[in-house]
Amino acid sequence: MGTIQLKKVRKAFGESIIIPGADLDIKHGEFIVFVGPSGCGKSTLLRMIAGLEDLTSGEILIDGKDCSDAAPASRGLSMVFQSYALYPHMTVRNNIAFGLKMAGETPEQIAPKVAKAAETLNLTEYLDRKPGQLSGGQRQRVAIGRAIVRNPSGFLFDEPLSNLDAALRVNMRIFIMQLHKDLGATMVYVTHDQVEAMTMADRIVVLNRGNIEQVGSPLELYNKPNSKFVAGFIGSPKMNFVEGNIAAKHKAKTIGVRPEHIDIVSGKGEWQGKILLTEHLGSDSFLHVDAGDAGRLVVRAPGEFAGKPGDNISLKPDAARIHKFDAQDLSIR
Amino acid sequence: MATNQSRAIGKWALAPSLIVLSAWAFVPLALTIYFAFLRYNLQDPDNTSWFGLSNFYYFLSDPYFTKDFINTILLVGSTIIFTIAGGVGLAVLLDQPFWGRGIVRLLMISPFFIMPTVSSLVWKNLIMHPVFGLFAGIQRFFGSTEPIDWFGHYPLISVIIIVTWQWLPYATLILLTAMQSLDGEQKDAAAMDGAPPLSYFRYIVLPHLSRPITVVILIETIFLLNIFAEIKVTSVGGFAGNLTYLVFSQLNDANDVGAAAAGGIIAVILANIVSYFLVRIVGKNLEG
Repeated sequence: MGTIQLKKVRKAFGESIIIPGADLDIKHGEFIVFVGPSGCGKSTLLRMIAGLEDLTSGEILIDGKDCSDAAPASRGLSMVFQSYALYPHMTVRNNIAFGLKMAGETPEQIAPKVAKAAETLNLTEYLDRKPGQLSGGQRQRVAIGRAIVRNPSGFLFDEPLSNLDAALRVNMRIFIMQLHKDLGATMVYVTHDQVEAMTMADRIVVLNRGNIEQVGSPLELYNKPNSKFVAGFIGSPKMNFVEGNIAAKHKAKTIGVRPEHIDIVSGKGEWQGKILLTEHLGSDSFLHVDAGDAGRLVVRAPGEFAGKPGDNISLKPDAARIHKFDAQDLSIR
Repeated sequence: MATNQSRAIGKWALAPSLIVLSAWAFVPLALTIYFAFLRYNLQDPDNTSWFGLSNFYYFLSDPYFTKDFINTILLVGSTIIFTIAGGVGLAVLLDQPFWGRGIVRLLMISPFFIMPTVSSLVWKNLIMHPVFGLFAGIQRFFGSTEPIDWFGHYPLISVIIIVTWQWLPYATLILLTAMQSLDGEQKDAAAMDGAPPLSYFRYIVLPHLSRPITVVILIETIFLLNIFAEIKVTSVGGFAGNLTYLVFSQLNDANDVGAAAAGGIIAVILANIVSYFLVRIVGKNLEG
């Protein structure tokens, strides 16, 4: 089992309110990603679930049991930290075994579990090394090994990939997704990287200033964002926002169009613009366009697009894919 | 930077300081070695002659030598043990957040800034004095009629108490700084692993402190071998003197420059032997 329920969870340090009140139901076996800009309270929320931060008020239920005041180790959860937080003077073996040892297991009980975890993570040949002798990716795997060896009902990840280089990050991302599939355990994953959130999550929780802005599957958030904040945060490159007369024509304060939903047309389109910059990624080209009244837009073009900075182009947004927002930045549907 | 020309300039620019430094270090040492082989007593300064190894022989066969050698070991060893034990405890305490922590830390360090002569005088006359001292007062308060005469009956222990008081802040300061460099996420990880406070201390904090503890042991050994003011001021040299004090008394009481110089050389050699083994034993901690 591995259900986690947050009920009006609130966190304040004196006057400053970090999390005004969060409600969330995490089902068994779900991969949940908390995403948001830095300082949005996503790590604090995760640490509250872990038991590393006290609740100001509210309740956390794990497997239906009230764990609001329970000690971290008694919640049946494991955590992987951003800095890995390996014990530097212990060998990899002892790092992985430490939690079991603290739980009072005998060396005979511990050894096979450590061996199994090490095998899963390809760490067998490194078991007698110390963390200082390992590469970043290997340390990351040790941190995961330390988490899985206790066979928890849920895993908590606090930006675990942010210290890795880009190539390794992609590998570890796939590795963690595979691990989730194999173990079937609940995972809560914190990141500020919306790509990680989109690719890994069953459901994404978007946080903004401590508030849960929206919860939903990656495509739900992409297609039907509740607010301008979610619309701008999910998707890369960012959604274009246009205000003023053009928005007023759609009866909205602001309209948003994603770069991939603007077509470059021959003849007269809806907007006219001049290319300022081009970013060629091979598969796609992103054009930064000065579109007069519509302001500065980013437009996705095919990889072989031949336009150069200074060229004039006509643009046509996909009418069905225009998002409308009211004065409170909420979506109009 | 690495042309021949710039290297030559560098050498000439460094030369003056190197010359002054070597003169500073070598002239006194050379003179000491020279005196150590002379029969040279200030009561009979005109009668100075080559003395061979006799100064060394007389210094080593002096009954005070064995006693003071043991005293030196006891003084250095026990002070290190007490300052490390106390320092670890205080560092853990001062690392906790509490009101007025900044002031307490500042006060904690202050004994280290008091001159040894001054603090020894205070300990001698105001704290450990059998009539006027604070300790005697406390004993009388609890009904004792015969307070302990610290320097009379326990001279070495008294010196150890004073020196420990002086060096505890140093150990605390180094260990507290090390405590602060302990990654907060490690504490979190230990909490997730279910380590109770004592296990956290035993398996995470203490190993983290092993390197600074090594540094404290090495530095304190160097300085504690040379303790002098505390022994001289409290006038316990006859009972609790160390090698430094023995060298001093050879010169001051016996006016024997040759024997004092020989004692100085022997002390240097012994200190080197001690530090050689010390570095081998604890120095492993400093690698990697």
